[in-house]
Parts: sequence; C-alpha cells; structure tokens
Amino acid sequence: MNAKLFVFVSHRNGKADDSAFELASAAKTMLPGSAATAIVCGSGVDAVATEAAQLFAEVWKFDQSALAYPNAELIRPLLLEVVPAGSVLLLAHDTFGFDLGPGLSVKLGAAYVPDVVGFDGLDGTALKVVRQEFAGQVSAHVNANVANGAVVTVRSGAFKPSEVSPGGQVIDKSDEAAGLTAKRTFIEVIEAEAGDIDITREDVLVSVGRGIGDKENIGLVEELTDAMGAAMSCSRPIVDAKWLDKGRQVGTSGKTVKPKVYLALGISGSFQHLGGLKGNPFLVAVNKNPKAPIFQVATVGIIADLLEFLPVLTEKVQKAK
Amino acid sequence: MEILVCVKRVPDSAENEISVAPNGADIKRDDLVYSVNEWDNYAVEEAIQIVERDGGKVTVISVGDSDAEEIVRREMAMGAEQGLLATDATFEGSDGLGIATILAAAAKKGSYDLILTGALADDGAAQVGGMIAALLDLPYASVVNKIETKDGKSLRIGREIEGGAQEINDIELPCVLSIQTGINEPRYVGIRGIRKVASVEIPVLDAAALGVTAGKVGADSANVKRVDYFVPVAGAGAEMLSGSNDELADKLVALLKAKGGIK
Repeated sequence: MNAKLFVFVSHRNGKADDSAFELASAAKTMLPGSAATAIVCGSGVDAVATEAAQLFAEVWKFDQSALAYPNAELIRPLLLEVVPAGSVLLLAHDTFGFDLGPGLSVKLGAAYVPDVVGFDGLDGTALKVVRQEFAGQVSAHVNANVANGAVVTVRSGAFKPSEVSPGGQVIDKSDEAAGLTAKRTFIEVIEAEAGDIDITREDVLVSVGRGIGDKENIGLVEELTDAMGAAMSCSRPIVDAKWLDKGRQVGTSGKTVKPKVYLALGISGSFQHLGGLKGNPFLVAVNKNPKAPIFQVATVGIIADLLEFLPVLTEKVQKAK
Repeated sequence: MEILVCVKRVPDSAENEISVAPNGADIKRDDLVYSVNEWDNYAVEEAIQIVERDGGKVTVISVGDSDAEEIVRREMAMGAEQGLLATDATFEGSDGLGIATILAAAAKKGSYDLILTGALADDGAAQVGGMIAALLDLPYASVVNKIETKDGKSLRIGREIEGGAQEINDIELPCVLSIQTGINEPRYVGIRGIRKVASVEIPVLDAAALGVTAGKVGADSANVKRVDYFVPVAGAGAEMLSGSNDELADKLVALLKAKGGIK
C-alpha cells in the first residue's frame, strides 16, 4: 500500500500526550515498515514538534495563534487542505478524536475505523482490525476498505508506548494554516471541582458501579468501606444517576487513581473505567455477571449478588480487625 | 427551536450477558433485553427540556424496523411531539456512514435548528453525529454535557473532556451535537405515558422518500464491515473464588488482610 500515513499528535502544556507514543507504535503495527508523518498543530509548539521528531521520521508543524486550543472545527478544514487523498490518518479515540474523526473521514471520502484495539494486517485494500462492542463484552474482527484512505482512531492503552529515538525532521508548514475560521469558538476549560475526599491519594478504594442497582444500596457499600477503613469511589453510571459526586468517579472522564487495593463492586470494567485505574493494584472484582470484562483484568474474582454478599463480607471484615 | 434527535435500539449491555453465537456471525440475540441507547435517552430529555424552556418542537427518528418504532414511541412518551422511522430493505447492513447518510437525508426533509445524537452507542464508535454534521456542512461538537440557549443564533455548550474537565464553546446554529450521559436526569416513562402515544401515527420514510440511493447505504456500499464476533483471549484472568457467600467472604477477608486492604 502506497498511501501516506499520518498520526495526529495531541499535546498539553508543551508536552506530547501519552497517546502520541501509543499511536507511534500503533502505526508501526498497522503497516510494518512504513514511516508515519506526525501532525502537530498549536501555538508555540516547537517543543512538542521536537518531541514528536523522536517518535516520527517526519513532523509537520502548524504553528498559529488561532490553533492555541485544539478546536476540531478549525483543524478539520486544515487537514483537508494538507492531507493528500487516499491517506491513512491515525488519531486517539478520545474526546478530541470524537470531534475531529467522523467528519474528517466523510470529507476525505475515506473509511472511518473507530476505537481500534488491534491490527491484523492488510489484505489488498482491506485493513483488518480488532474492535470491541457491548462495553467490552465481545470483540469483533472488522475489515475496512481503505482504497480511498482511512481515518483510524486507536483506543488508549491498546498499544505499548513507542521508544523514542532522535533523528526526525520537523517541517514548518505554519503558513498553510493561516486564516482558519470556524463556526465553533473555544471559550475556556473548567477543571473538575475537588470533592470532599481526594480518591487519587487513597491506598484502598472500594468502588461501586451500576450493579449496586439502587441508590439506597449504596449504604451497604458505605458500611463495608467504613469497616475496611477505606475510601469509596465509583464508576460513571453512579455519578450520572447523581448517587455520588463527580469527585469520586474513577475513569477517563473522572479521576485517575493509583491504589494498592481496589475492590470493584458491580463494575463491568469498561475501558473508560479501567483507563482511570493505574499502578497495577490488587484488584478484586465482585459481579453477578460471569462474563463481565472486569474478570479479565482482576486479580481475584467473585461471582455473587452484591445485596446478599456485602452484608456478609462487612460482618467478617469487622470481626477480622 | 426545531430539534431532531436520532435514537438507536440496542441490546441493553447493563442488563444482558452478551455472548457470541456459535458461528460468530452475530451475538446470541434470543433472550436479550433491548432498550433505547442510554446516551440517546439523555439527548431526547435535553431536547425536551430546551423546548419546554424556549418553545419549539422535538422530533425523534430511528433507522430500523417495527422494533425500532417501539423505542421511537417510548421517546415520544417522554414528550417528543413527532416520531419518524426510516425503514427500507436497502438500509440493512449499513455501516456508520450509511446510517449517517440516511439520517442526514431525513434531516434535510425538515428545517431543524439543532440535531442531537447520543455520544456513543453499543458499538462504541462515536461516529454518527460527526458524520451527519459533515454531510450537512454543519458545525459539530461531541460529548456535550451542558447546553445553554442564547440569542437563537448560537448555543453555549460544555463538552466533557478527559479528567472530568468541561470545555466551554460557543457554536453557531444550526449545528449537530452528540450528548454525554449525565447532562440531565431523563424523566421516567410510565405505562400511562406509553398508552397516550400508543396510537399516534409514526410516518415511515423509505429510501425513495428520503432520496437515498442504494450505492450510498446498505451492506454493499459499506466500507467498514464486521467479519465476525469472538470472545477475546483473556490474559491470565482473575483467580475465581468459589463457595457459599460465607466461604467467599472468609477467603476474601484473608486476601484483603494480606494485601493491606483492611486497616
């Protein structure tokens, strides 16, 4: 395949995002032997471009004050101008990728291949990838016809970060990004409010998910948490239901935690949740669904009904102290 | 404000154990509980709240057969005034772009100020909203967790970005937004609500009505095709404990104590 390969490099505070390192190795896995060109957009991005040149042979730098914040509505028309037809472009499957990717694929006339967790090679114009569906309960082999190029988004954590080695070349293409306008204007970022406890500092977390069923059952989790002398955290559905504050949410759209012990109660284990759990804790999963993906990553698993199991466990913990 | 909300009928992955059918061609669907995609339900609630506040009309549309009609009706019971169903044999097997093409064609039949989708659905692709926007040349924002209506020309929106932060943007109308869960608290739909809309007519739009040709939708034109489903080969996986609740609790307490989980 002769298509040109691009990786869009996200960055924050003058540093390339972790996703850039993962995308560099995803590109090598997808098309072994190919050299990807990195695209760095922003304002005052020399440091990021230099960093990207340790991951990619070629870096295209688009430095413009209008690009100070990554607004996909500005970046999409820019990429349409500069990316040749038939190219394959890799992005992170994150909230910026959600903004940029689908529309970019439509405008490029290219296939959209979202949330890829693995590559199985290229067969003619068929790019063979692995995805997951139904919140990670099953996987799927997917073939994408990339005859007219593709926009591929890659799941965070699916590929090991690439090693760095200096030697890439930065090409300044800032002039090509002049005069961009969009019908969407970035105003500001409001950081998440600190909650009543800081779960990122806790060694032992008892984390509750949708499997708890009802708000009144949270009390059972609270009793266990108190008995263990731990702190309570949760997965996203608990926050959506307003049963606990946002400050207690573990996951890519919540907090990143590094406990030594993590007890996941009624949490299915979506990649968004696991994305917020770092440091390889002793992970105990209790779930009534034996197929819950959490059991694939947990250290110890228990299939049980929480409402019956938790009171028994709490009593035993109290006696064990 | 005229608002179109696109909804999808999906197996409820919180309620079901999803497993793969013997030949891998599909998941086992016999005993699945289906519902409206959770994100879409928040989108419908948000549209209804905007119309309750500022006036206008909410239209709900789904691509699918008579089963999809059921969820359109459920969303109408929440308070959407109009329901639409896009049904045609040629739509079957469409990929994300095919579905977006059908929905964009339906949107063109009306004059909507705002088009909403859920941020994600059962396939986790997060693609249809952004594709509709591109097909209609409208501005787009994904994972929206706040909408403030302003002067009728633009909206002030919040997007839920990584780390739980909120990215505030102004976006011109008409536009397309994909809605994140937690933006509101979707209202409960009771039996009475469902009964009230049970006999309301839901117009069916086929390929001819939408002006969509077979070369753009359906299995044959899909660039992205699922080959099969499979169960991933897990790593080592969890060490599964067994026994009665009493025995399980004893084993777990011993492990937690050893690992410093009980203070």
